[in-house]
Parts: sequence; structure tokens; C-alpha cells
Amino acid sequence: MEHAIETRGLVKRFDGLVAVDDVNLSVKRGEIFGLLGPNGAGKSTIIKMLTTMLRPSAGEAYVWGHHIVRERDAVRSCIGVVFQDPSVDGKLTARENLDFHGRMYGMPGAERKRRIAEVLELVELSDKADVLLEDFSGGMRRRLEIARGLMHRPHVLFLDEPTLGLDTQTRRYIWDYIRAMNREEDVTVVITTHYMEEADNLCNRVAIIDHGRIVALDSPTALKSMIGTDTLTLEVKDGMERLRDVLLGFEWVRSFDASNGYVNLSVDSAQSRIPEVVLAACRAGVRIRSVSVHEPTLEDVFLRYTGRSMRDETVKGDLVRALMRR
Amino acid sequence: MIAFDPYAIYSLWLREMIRFFRLKSRVVGSIAPPFFFLAFLGTGFSGMASRVPAGVDYINYLAPGIIGMTLLFSSTFAGMSVLWDREFGFLREIMVAPVTRLSIVLGRTAGGVTQAVIQGIIILIPGIAMGVKIKGLTGLLLSLALMVLISATFIGVGLAFASRMKDMSGFSLIMNFMIFPVFLLSGALFPVQNLPEVVRVLSYIDPLTYGVDALRGCLVGANSLPLMLDAMVLTGCCAATMAIGAYLFETSDVD
Repeated sequence: MEHAIETRGLVKRFDGLVAVDDVNLSVKRGEIFGLLGPNGAGKSTIIKMLTTMLRPSAGEAYVWGHHIVRERDAVRSCIGVVFQDPSVDGKLTARENLDFHGRMYGMPGAERKRRIAEVLELVELSDKADVLLEDFSGGMRRRLEIARGLMHRPHVLFLDEPTLGLDTQTRRYIWDYIRAMNREEDVTVVITTHYMEEADNLCNRVAIIDHGRIVALDSPTALKSMIGTDTLTLEVKDGMERLRDVLLGFEWVRSFDASNGYVNLSVDSAQSRIPEVVLAACRAGVRIRSVSVHEPTLEDVFLRYTGRSMRDETVKGDLVRALMRR
Repeated sequence: MIAFDPYAIYSLWLREMIRFFRLKSRVVGSIAPPFFFLAFLGTGFSGMASRVPAGVDYINYLAPGIIGMTLLFSSTFAGMSVLWDREFGFLREIMVAPVTRLSIVLGRTAGGVTQAVIQGIIILIPGIAMGVKIKGLTGLLLSLALMVLISATFIGVGLAFASRMKDMSGFSLIMNFMIFPVFLLSGALFPVQNLPEVVRVLSYIDPLTYGVDALRGCLVGANSLPLMLDAMVLTGCCAATMAIGAYLFETSDVD
């Protein structure tokens, strides 16, 4: 067995609605694998099937070599799950929540004690061990859930939207924890997110999902390079023709598009070309009002494959969710 | 993995116990109604209740009935705690663990039974202060066993409803609808022989009738049905509701 996860033609239908449509993917051992897509794309449904919480309508999947329907119990004992919504007991302390978890996974007392200290240390909650969970902030609770997911040393850890609704600083901390545990505990991580930066920053490979289908799958760098190079945008007062002649003289300028007083140049490592471009424009007597650089993002990749912007849909989805939570 | 996992059952039981002792207001809240029933009915009716089986005064007749009431109320609450766990997401943490659904049901039941029996014993104390004369140690021990059977029976009912219902207000509505007829028909407050014939038939299909009668027999020696019959009916009911509850819980969706 070489893959941590393997799915073949995975399908999930809810009352005729296809939530997950013929998904084939394989996650390598030891990698951080991201499922990126807008809300409702089917990411969580895939996670629920892989964690045995839902049965697939068709297709097969193996987690750590175990069939997700025929060997549910074997799958359950080699995975850890951090759910999208809270799943702790607020009336228990952090230590009691972890202790409960350890017992449910059959860990003996001494090992449980040692491991609780270890995972609390990892997420920097050692001093909060005896505080009731209902007194935790959202970020602290999330960190504890990550610690709990790791506690029984799973081979694969599933994180469903681990930073949803958290502030930027807490989000960065959580990324650090995820990287640290991937490195130190040698755990394969599968993470769903609708935050582009999260997938870009954290994942070794990303599957972009839309309407239950995988539309692209590769490393973030490779996905972005499919879109092409950076774009350098110049706001030009006049002398567009002269500028074109000068700039197309450089071999590193791949294309030149002019419209409404703006010029878009396709350029590799655009930042470092700004001085040369400005200098050349000056020599040709062209006045440049502003320069901006746009590097391709996973957002552009999503746009390319689906023809829609993910950000718009996500913002709308978050709003609805926020309203529903009240 | 084994179907019956004592370690996981213990873990679930322990959690229920920690919560039970931490939520003292809930304990007081569930003990208070039966206590008031016992205190006010026991003193208020003491002279009037002349048609209870000969040889016992009303407080001796009433106390086992009120213990039955305490067990009934407390046990159906165990179903409520499944719904709480679903609402707060903790049910998912339990369901994704490598533990069989049977062990989960048994762990929850063990926790619920322990809580109910503790409350049943607590209500016995003011009863003794008010003049309940317990027959003997054997009777007391037998009645503990009966308390376990009675509470397990109604925990099964609670689990069955909780597995199929998603919202808590609906659950408490159905439970209230069920609890009061079961309580009043059981003969906890008055002999079912006093009821009109049609209603009396309903009494005999109420499991609590046999539970209360057996408790009365063991605690104060005032049963009106053969104890063996009580025990057999109760065991049968307990097995049936637990099986139904466990089956429905096993096949329920987590989300």
C-alpha cells in the first residue's frame, strides 16, 4: 500500500441531488492534501464518507488500506477527525475531554497521561488543561480539537474547515500547528477549506472542487503556473505605440495588451522587472502614472476552470451561514 | 474489535457521572417534583386514604410509587442527553470512535441507570424520615435491582425516540405526553383497583405498574400482584425497549 487514501468513482446523492460526483483521488502518505472549493461544493461530504459518517451512493474508497464501508471500524481506528462544527463537551475540562477520547480509542492510563501532556504542549494549551471547555474561546476550542484529533496517533488526520470563523492571527497559529504535527508526528493531513491562502500556504497538493467534481489537482505552484506568468499593469498617459515598440523589444516580455490607457504585460517575476520597464518608458518619453503587479492565485485557477469567481460565492455563503448561526 | 467494549462503556459512563455531579442544579431540579409529591400527598392524604391494601398506611404505600416516578422522569431524560449531544456536536466525537454502537448504547444506559438509581435512593431518605418502614435488608437490595430494571426500561424508550427525533422541543413534548399517563396509570398514587374497568386495562399494559408494585412488595411488603409476575413482566419490558432503543440508535444518522 503506497497511498494514504484512494477513491474510485466516489458518488454521493441526496434525494436526487448529486453532492459528490465521480471523485477519483489519491492522497500520498505524509503529505498535506487540500480540498479547495466554495461552500456546498461537496468537500465536507467527501470527508464524511472517508471518515465513515456517511455511506457513499456508489464507488469505492480506501483509507490506509481499509475499505470505508466494509471495514468501517478499521478505518475509524486509524483516523483522527476535526469536525467543522464544535464537537467538545463544554461541561468537561480540556483534560477530561482528552481523557474521554483516549479511553474511547483504548489507550491505557499511563500512555493517556503522557500523550495528553504532549498534545496540549503542541497546541500551547498546557496551562488551560483544567479549564471547562465552555469557558474556552473559539480559537482555543479549535486548538483543543486539533490536539484531540492527534491524541491517539492516527495515520490520517481529517480537518474540515479548521480555521472557519477565526481571526487572521489565530488562523496563522493553526497553520503552524498543522505543519508542526505533519512534520513531527508524521501524520498525513487532509484538509478542506474555502480559503485560497490556506490551501496555498499549507498544502503540498490541492484538489479544486466544484459541484462535487474535481476540476484540477496538483501542487499549488503547478496549478498557478498553468494560469501562466505574472501580470504587470501600467497606467500610461500617452505614447502607447512607442511603449509597445520598446517593451516588445525585451525578450522577457511575453505579451502586450493595451486598452483604455492601461497596459497588461505578461512577465516572469514581475516585481524585479519594474525598474527596467519604468526606465525604458522614461527613455522613450512615455509617462507612467502607476504600476501594479498581479501574481496568479488559486482564485485565478478556480476562475479558469469554472468560469466563476470563488470569492463571491464564498462571501455570500459565509453571510448566509453567519445569519443561520444566530 | 469486539462488540462489547468494557473500556469504552466505562468511558461513556464516567463522562455521564462527571456531568451529573457537576450539574447540581439539574439534580435538584429533577429531585424536587417527586419530593413535593411525597411530602404533600404523604402528609395531606395520610388520614383519608383508607382503601389502600390493608396493613399499610398511606406513606408506606406512596413512597415506592414516588421512587417509581423519580426513575421514570430521570430515565427519559437520558434520551434528552442524546439530543443535547447531537445539538452540541459531541455525538459525532462518539460516533467516529472505533467503538461498536452496542457499546455506546450500553455506556449511555449504564450512565442513565446510575443517575436514576441515585435519585431514587435520595428520595427514599425523606420517605424514611416520614415514617416508611422498610421490611429488611434483602428487600432493600432487591428493590435496588428493580430500580435498575425500571430505569433501563424507560431509558430504552427515551433512546428510541431520541434516535428518530431531531429537535428537542418535539422530544420533550412527546415525553411529557407519555410520562404523565404512564405515571398516573401505574398506581403510584392510588390502587389501580379503584380505577374504572376500561382504564384499569390500560394500567396493566403500563410497565411501571409492575415496577411500582414490585418495589412496594420488596420495600414495605404491600404488593397486590405476585412478585414473580412483576419481575418477569418487568424483565421482558426492559429487554424489549432496550432492544428497540439500541436498534433505532444504531441505525440513526449522525447528522
